Amino acid sequence: MHELIITRSNHLIDPIFTPWGWEIPIYLFLGGLVAGMMIISGYFILSGRHQKKDCSCFVVPTVALALISIGMTALFLDLEHKLYVWRLYTTFQWTSPMSWGAWILLLVYPILTLNAILKIPENIAKKLPWLKNIGEKLSGRKFAVKVIGAMSMISGGILGMYTGVLLSTLVARPAWNSSMLWILFLVSGLSAAAAFIHLFAKREDERRLLAKADNGFLIAELMIVALIIIGFLTSSEVQNAAAMLFINGPYAAVFWVFVVGLGMVVPLFIQLFAVNDKIQHTPIAPIMVMVGGLILRFVIVSAGQYSGWFTGTFTTP
Amino acid sequence: MNAVSRRKFLKISAATIASATALGTVSCTRDKIKASAEKGIKTIPTYCNICFWKCGAIATLKDGELWKIEGNPVDPLSRGRLCPRGTGGIGAYSDPDRLKTPLIRKKGSKRGEEEFVSVTWDEALTYIADKMNDIKSKYGAQSMAAFSHGTGGKFLKHTLKAYGAKNIVAPSFAQCRGPREVGFELTNGNFIGSPERTDIKDTKCMALIGSHLGENMHNSQVQEFSEAIANDASIIVVDPRFSVAAGKAKYYLPIKPGTDLALLLSWMNVMISEGIYDKKFVEDFGFGFEQLAEEVKKYTPEWAYVETGIEPDLIRATARELAKNKPASFIHPGRHVTWYGDDTQRSRAIAILNSLLGNWNRKGGFYEPSKVSLPKYPTPAYPEMAYEKADNPGKKWPLLGDAEGSTTGLRDATITGKPYPIKGWLVYATNLIQSLPDERETIAAINNLDLLVVIDVIPNEIAGYADVVLPESIYLERHDEFNNAPFRQSFLSIRQPVIASPDDQKPNWWIAKKLAEKLGLGHYHPWKNLDDYLRYTSEKAGFSYERLKKEGVILGPKKPINVEEGATQDFWTKSGKVEFYSTHLEELGFDPIPKYTKPEQPPSGYFRLLFGRAPMHTFSMTQTNPLLSELMDENVVWVNNDVARQYGIENGQYIKLKNQDGIIGSKVKVYATERIRTDCVFMVHGFGHRSKALKSAYLKGGSDSLMVTKYKVDPIMSGTGMNVNFVTFETEA
Amino acid sequence: MARYGMVIDTKKCVGCQDCVVACKTENQVPHGYSRDWLAYETIGKFPKLNMEIRTERCNHCDNPPCVYCCPTGASHISDGGIVLVEHDKCIGCKACVASCPYDARFVHPEGYVSKCTFCEHRVKEGKDPACVSVCPTHCMYFGDFDDPESEVSKLLQERKYHAIIPEAGTKPHIYYLT
Repeated sequence: MHELIITRSNHLIDPIFTPWGWEIPIYLFLGGLVAGMMIISGYFILSGRHQKKDCSCFVVPTVALALISIGMTALFLDLEHKLYVWRLYTTFQWTSPMSWGAWILLLVYPILTLNAILKIPENIAKKLPWLKNIGEKLSGRKFAVKVIGAMSMISGGILGMYTGVLLSTLVARPAWNSSMLWILFLVSGLSAAAAFIHLFAKREDERRLLAKADNGFLIAELMIVALIIIGFLTSSEVQNAAAMLFINGPYAAVFWVFVVGLGMVVPLFIQLFAVNDKIQHTPIAPIMVMVGGLILRFVIVSAGQYSGWFTGTFTTP
Repeated sequence: MNAVSRRKFLKISAATIASATALGTVSCTRDKIKASAEKGIKTIPTYCNICFWKCGAIATLKDGELWKIEGNPVDPLSRGRLCPRGTGGIGAYSDPDRLKTPLIRKKGSKRGEEEFVSVTWDEALTYIADKMNDIKSKYGAQSMAAFSHGTGGKFLKHTLKAYGAKNIVAPSFAQCRGPREVGFELTNGNFIGSPERTDIKDTKCMALIGSHLGENMHNSQVQEFSEAIANDASIIVVDPRFSVAAGKAKYYLPIKPGTDLALLLSWMNVMISEGIYDKKFVEDFGFGFEQLAEEVKKYTPEWAYVETGIEPDLIRATARELAKNKPASFIHPGRHVTWYGDDTQRSRAIAILNSLLGNWNRKGGFYEPSKVSLPKYPTPAYPEMAYEKADNPGKKWPLLGDAEGSTTGLRDATITGKPYPIKGWLVYATNLIQSLPDERETIAAINNLDLLVVIDVIPNEIAGYADVVLPESIYLERHDEFNNAPFRQSFLSIRQPVIASPDDQKPNWWIAKKLAEKLGLGHYHPWKNLDDYLRYTSEKAGFSYERLKKEGVILGPKKPINVEEGATQDFWTKSGKVEFYSTHLEELGFDPIPKYTKPEQPPSGYFRLLFGRAPMHTFSMTQTNPLLSELMDENVVWVNNDVARQYGIENGQYIKLKNQDGIIGSKVKVYATERIRTDCVFMVHGFGHRSKALKSAYLKGGSDSLMVTKYKVDPIMSGTGMNVNFVTFETEA
Repeated sequence: MARYGMVIDTKKCVGCQDCVVACKTENQVPHGYSRDWLAYETIGKFPKLNMEIRTERCNHCDNPPCVYCCPTGASHISDGGIVLVEHDKCIGCKACVASCPYDARFVHPEGYVSKCTFCEHRVKEGKDPACVSVCPTHCMYFGDFDDPESEVSKLLQERKYHAIIPEAGTKPHIYYLT
C-alpha cells in the first residue's frame, strides 16, 4: 500500500489542477483554425488560384482576422493580471513559447490585413476608396502578391505549430509532453480550416480540393494520434499514465467518440464518399471536423492538467 | 439562533454598543485608532496561551497591526521557536467568531438555545452578583462552584474564594493527567507535573504508551523528541495507531487497545526474570520488591501476547532495550491518561517500571525541575469554608486531592443535590460540553442551576447554555499572572498586552476585580490593575519588572537537575522509598500491586473509539482560529483499509458514527488507511462543534466527545476512563 | 555567488505544519493559499509501515521550467539562485503554474502568480527563511550549496538524501535526508 497525503489546498491547484478553463482551448482552437486558414489562403495565392473569380482566399483573411481576435479575447480573459498585459510587448523571452506566440500574433495581423486588402469586396471598396487604391497597387505587383502568399503560409505554419509547442514544453504535465503535439495541432488546424473554408467557398473546384485535402489531413491526424499514444506508452511511467487517460481513463469516452470517431473517422468516410461522388457534398462532415477539432483542444488541455507527477490524496491526516 | 433572532440580536448589540460608546465606557475603538497610527515595527514579549505549555513569545506589530509572533530565544520552553498553534496564535485576534460583548440569555429562552441579548459590562456583572447573592442567602456560599482551566482563572478563583466558595475544579485532573500524578505519587512520592519532567533530549531509549508526541505538540517536549531522534535514541511506540511517533520508532508495538497494563506487567516480568533491572537502585530505594517479583512471575511475554497481540519476542526485545540503556531510558508517563478507569494502576505500573530502570533524577530519565517562587500579594484572609467539598463526599475517591477536585464529582453533586445543592457554576475557559464525558449529564446538571456564567474568548458549546456570557480578551490583549512553571531551569515569564481588544472584551483579572466589587469584595483585589500586581510580586521576588516587560523572560539560577549534576533522589512516600508494593493502596482496599483485567470488547460490527491530538489544535478551543483552521478545518475518522473495504466505505467519504447508546454524530470524513488496527477508529478531539455561534466551525468534522456517553470512573481518584466507547458506521450520511 | 537551497531531515520532521503557518504570517499569504505544505507518505501493510514526512515548497530549481516559459520575464532567477516572480511584470497567464511539476505556484487573489521566495527579504538580512527559523524539530536547514563548508553541504556529504521528482529534470534545490 502506498499512501501519499498532501496538505496543500491552493485554489485552481488542489485537489484537481485546473488553472486553465475554457478560454485556453478556445484560443488554441481558433489559433489553429486561423493558422490553417492562412496556410490555405497563402497556398491559393501562391498557386495562382487568386486570379480566379470568387477565390475564397480573399474572404478567408477577413474572417480569420475576426476569429483570431475572438481567440485573443479568450486568451485575454484567461489572464489573471489583465492590466499588465502590455508587459508581453516590453520584452522578448526566447525560451518562452508564449512570448513567441505574442509576437507571432503581432505578425499575423498585418499579414492577414495585407492579404485581405489584395481584393476588397465591392461594398467596402466604395466606402473606403483609399484602401481599394492600396489593394490595387499591391495586387498589381506580382512579387508583392507572392511575398504576401508566402508570408501567410509561413506565419500560419508558425502559429499552428506554436499552439502545440506552448503545451508540450510544460514538462510538468505528462499528457502534453509529446514532441508530436505541435504536428497534431498544426494538422488539426489545417483540417479544421479546410472544413471551415469548404463551408463557404463559392467555387466548386475549391470545395472539391478542400474536401480532398481534408481527407488527407484527417488521415494524417489519425496517424499522429496513434503515434503520440504509442510514444506515451513506450515512455516513462508518468507518460504511460497519461496515455491511459485517453485509452481507458476519464477522457477515453469523449476522446474516442467525439474526437476520433465523430471528429475524424466518420467525416473522413463521408467526405471520401463525397469526393468520389457517391453522395452529395453537405456541410455535415466539415461541421463534424470542426467540432471534433474544438473538442480535441478541450480534451488535450484538460487531460494535460489532470496528468501530473504526484498522485496524492488530499485529506487531512 | 435562527436568522430572525440573529438579526434582532445584531440590532440590539449595535444599539448597546452605540449607547455604551456614548457613555464613554468603551475605549477600545480609540485605542485601536491610536495603535494603527503607530508606524513601523514594534516587538512586545509575552507568553502564549494557545495551549498550556505557556511558551515565551515575541509578538511583532507592523504599523500598529499584528503581524507575527515568534518564540522568545531566552525562554527555555519555546527555545525561540513556537509550535504551529503558537505561531498561529495571532489568528485568535482575528477570529471571526469571537465574543464581542457581554451577553445575557434572552428572557423566556431555554438554556442551550443560544438566544442572547447584548448588554453592558455593568448590567452583566450586576446580574451575576445579584444571582450569587441570592444563592448565598438561599443555599450558602458552598452552592456556588467553578470550573476553571488555565492560568487566566487565577483571579476569578480568588474572587470566588473571597465570596466563600471552594468547590473549584478543572478538567485537567479527572479528564486528563490525574491518574498519572496519583500513580507516581503512590509509587515514588513525586509528581510528574507540567511540563513533564522527562529528560527526553538526553535519553538513549524511551517508550511512549499511547502518547503521540509530534501530534501532541507540547513545544519543548517535541523539540527534545526531535533531538532524541537525531541522537539515534531507541524509540519504542506502543499505540493501536501508527502515529507520527511510531513512524520515528525503532520498535512499534501495535497493541490491542485497553491491554497496556498487560504489556507493562510483562515488561516487569522480563526485566526481573532476566535480572536486567537496576539492582542497586532497587536495593537502595525499593520497598516491596520481593512481592512485586512474585506477583509478576505469571505475566510472561507469552501470556501478554494473548492479551496484547504483541509478539513475545518483541516484548522481550523492547524490555531488554529499555534495560540496556538504563538509567538513560524511561517509559513516558503520558499526559491525557484517563482511558479505561484503571488508569491510576496503569500509571503506577509505569512508575514501577521506571523505578526498575532506576531513572529517577538521572540523566536521560527523569530530572529534578526547579521553579521561581513568587510571593503572594497581600490580600485579606478568605472567609472560613468549613464545609466538605461537594465533589468528593465522604472521601468516596480516597486519593482525589482537595486541591484538584473532580469535575464529574461536582457535576454529580449538581444533579443529585447531594451532599448539598450546587446552584451556581462559573465556567472559565473550558468547554465542559466537550471536555467532560457524557454531555447528557452535564446538561442535566446545568438545568439544575440558578446561575451559569461562562467566561471565554469564543462562544463554545457551553456558552450556549449560559445565563451570562462574558467575553474575555485574548492572551495578546491582556495581562495575566506570571508563568513560573517548574522546568529544567527556573524562569519567570510575563504576559502583557500586545494589542488592544477589538471590541468590548475585558481581561479576566478585570472581570474578577469588577465582580468582586459588585459583591462588596473589592478589597480582595487591592491592586489598581494587573500591571501594579505584577510589578509588586516580581520586584518582591527579586526580578526587575522593567526588564521582564522588555525581555519577556528572566531565567532563575541553574540548579542540578539530576544525580550526575549533583541532585539527590528523594521519595516522599509513606515509607520514604519507592513503593513497588503500596501499603497505602492496600490499606484503602485497592490492589497493592497493579493487576491486569481484560478490557471489555466491542460488540460485533463496533469499533473502539480512540481520540487524540493534532499539532495545530488545542481541544475544542482553536477551530475558529482562521490560521489554524486553515491547516485543519475538520477532523477525519481513521478507519483501517480492510475495515473500510469490508463496510464499503471509501477514503474521503462522509459518514456518521453511532455509538453503543445509539447516539449519532455529525458527518465526518473517512480516512481509510493502513495506519490503524482493525478493532478501533481514531479521531482528533475538539471538532464537530454544535454551537451555531461558532459559524466558521459549525458541524465541521465529527465530535468524539459526543460519542463518549460511557465512562469508567477510576475508584482511586475519580478519573474518567473515556476510551470505553464503541462506534459503528452510518453510511447514509 | 551563493547557491541557496534547503536540506530537510525527514527523520526529525513530525509534520506539524508550523512551517506553513510561519510562512503565512511572515509573508502575509492570503487565507486559503499556502506557499509550503506537508507530504505524508506511507508505504507497507499494517503494522509493518514506513512513513516519510516532508515539508515541501518551490524547489528553486537550477533548470526552472517556470522561468523558461514566462513570456514577460516576471519569473526569474534572482541572486543566490532564488526563483522569484516580479509582481508587476506578471500578466497571470499561468503558464508557469502549469509548468511546475511540484505545483508550487498559485495565482494570488491580486492576480499575479505567487510562490515561496525562500524569504528573500530575511535572507538578505542574514536570517533563515521563516519556515526554517520556526521549525520546532529543527529539521530544516537553509544555506549555500556553493560553500562546501556550509551546514547544508556537509549534511549532503554525510547523509543519504533524495530530491522530489528529479526525473522531471528541473534540478531541484531542496534535499530530503532519509
